[in-house]
Amino acid sequence: MTVVNEGVELTVTGNPPTATPDVPRALATRSFDDRASWMSAMAGALGIVWIAYQITGWSGRLGFTLLWFVVYLALYAAISRAGNPRPVVFDRLAAATVAGGAVVVGLALLSTVSYTVQKGWPAFSQWGNFYTETAAGVRPTAPLDQGGILHAIAGTAIMVGIALLISLPLGLGTAVYMTEVGGRAARVVRTVVEAMTALPDVLAGLFVYATLILVFHLDRTGFVAAVALAVTMTPIVARSAEVALRVVPGGLREASLALGASQGSTVWRVVLPTARAGLATSLILGIARISGETAPLLIVSGASTYQNLNPFAEPMNSLPLYIFSAVRSGQPNFIARGFGAATVLLALVTVLFALARYLARPKRGSR
Amino acid sequence: MTTAELDTPRELGQVYSTADKAFRRTTAGIGMTVLALTGAIGLFLGYQAIPTLRRYGLSFFTENQWLPQRDVVGLSSVLLGTVEVALVALVVGFPLALMTALYISEYAPRRLKSWFVGLIDLMAAVPSIIYGLWGFFFLQPQTIHVSRWLAQHFGWIPVFHVDTDPNAATWAQTKFTASAFIAGLAVSMMVIPLACAVMRSVFAQAPLGEREAALALGATRWGMIRTVVIPFGQGGIIGGTMLALGRALGETVAVLLIISPAFDIKVNILQVGTETTSALIAGLFGEASKAQLSALLTAGFVLFVLTLAVNTVAAVFVNRSRSGAATEI
Repeated sequence: MTVVNEGVELTVTGNPPTATPDVPRALATRSFDDRASWMSAMAGALGIVWIAYQITGWSGRLGFTLLWFVVYLALYAAISRAGNPRPVVFDRLAAATVAGGAVVVGLALLSTVSYTVQKGWPAFSQWGNFYTETAAGVRPTAPLDQGGILHAIAGTAIMVGIALLISLPLGLGTAVYMTEVGGRAARVVRTVVEAMTALPDVLAGLFVYATLILVFHLDRTGFVAAVALAVTMTPIVARSAEVALRVVPGGLREASLALGASQGSTVWRVVLPTARAGLATSLILGIARISGETAPLLIVSGASTYQNLNPFAEPMNSLPLYIFSAVRSGQPNFIARGFGAATVLLALVTVLFALARYLARPKRGSR
Repeated sequence: MTTAELDTPRELGQVYSTADKAFRRTTAGIGMTVLALTGAIGLFLGYQAIPTLRRYGLSFFTENQWLPQRDVVGLSSVLLGTVEVALVALVVGFPLALMTALYISEYAPRRLKSWFVGLIDLMAAVPSIIYGLWGFFFLQPQTIHVSRWLAQHFGWIPVFHVDTDPNAATWAQTKFTASAFIAGLAVSMMVIPLACAVMRSVFAQAPLGEREAALALGATRWGMIRTVVIPFGQGGIIGGTMLALGRALGETVAVLLIISPAFDIKVNILQVGTETTSALIAGLFGEASKAQLSALLTAGFVLFVLTLAVNTVAAVFVNRSRSGAATEI
């Protein structure tokens, strides 16, 4: 047999290579039996449970769904057993159970989001006043077309801004220290930072209280609250920024150093710009995390009903605190406003999150 | 006249320029600041705890009442409540997180996988106060029926016992609200994404060669998961669960919104009233007197030590499993 290879004629002896390129076998094939089994088990279980509920007079959606799932598993096992060996039956049951668990988690998330938005919509859709007015002089029982949450939105924006100013240099600097300088001390810092990210958020509030308020006698102003948020945010930023910096290829650093750049300018001009997307993501996720942080604010923040743009005097409100006090008031209209504010917060977090995912998306064509 | 000496390697000492030294010192300074900040949290809370601990001694951990005006302060019921809520959250959250992680890493269609990962991350990013609202306004009215059912059929187990007749035609609904069980359910929503993310990332690292070997030997997909993925991911499963435990122990706002404070030592989780350390701190801090403040700071210190211990153990497990030390190829 002869094979033409770039104009050179080769004579190949032995086994001839196949002329067609290898096609990978489709691994996830499902036979008709596979599909029909679970569908019929599903339908059969629904019928059985429905009839059982008609006969016995049981009630409750949750119980119905659970019983349906259990009967479904039993039927599925029975149907599978008819024409399949034991391992296949176990395989199918495991797949059904695992998928069931994932569906429960998905439904729980869906119900959280949809319930919040549904309850919050009446207040959320008051475009005329909800975002342009404050709660000053508005009684909790007032109808939804009076008053708004501008003061809480502004307060959250200012607090998050200050917290960002504090935690961005600290977090980024720590990340640079952990990845670029290294050493034994850096390992200690990394361990501690990792432990910090999982620390209960209420402790950040206690810490700031024990220092700024007890020792330095500051008032419960927006600035003190922002410091508490910064304490929560710094380790989060440091840790995720470190992950972003670690994937910067070492060759880039070495190239820069070999050209005679100092370590500082290597980091500033090569490492940080390369990791820009990852750093932005870590920062945005940090912002998303602290904008909804409630526990430290319960301890160190006062809550105003009026607009206060000065973080160093007078208390300042924020979205999470507003939500908390609103839903605890027991007044239906105030609770509705709280849910409106919760919807705003949820929308904010979702937008930030989508932005982070967009920035961190894998780039096509690069490397 | 040949030299008999062996070649000795030249000393490769690093000499940093002034600019490099300045850079290294600055970043090290920032790193140390963060380290000091963290250490300061423990130190300050510990320092504030000394007077309280000296005053109440061991009774701070054995007394169950919290009556600062009568000078009776103790954490035993609160710590029990903390553990109960965390355990409920784990018992519910662990299987769900494990199944979700397995589903995403092993069963989900490849195109949807990154979407599911994103959804779980989003679930982790949802503020805890929103889960608190959901738990209080949406979950609670539904869950009391589950609680009642459990009390009806398993009431003979102390954990599920409720001090009322669950079979009564007009049953005392308020006896079933604001319980550790409902708070634990809300907390489980926060620990599921955390544990799931850790478990999924470890499962995804299960070596392809071993997976294919299992499949080539005729294992079903479940057989492959049971013999390759789960043994490989053991460290991640344990570590993720410990991280979830740490989070569940410290969760504040959602618990505070749901429970009604009660300071009795009881194990019946379905019954109204419980208290957790973080909810105690956040709930009482606003209107606390001077003496009570230091008691609350002491409670904070206890919480700090507790969660730090749990998280450190978790980090050890997760790091060990991620470094690949668990595989034997």
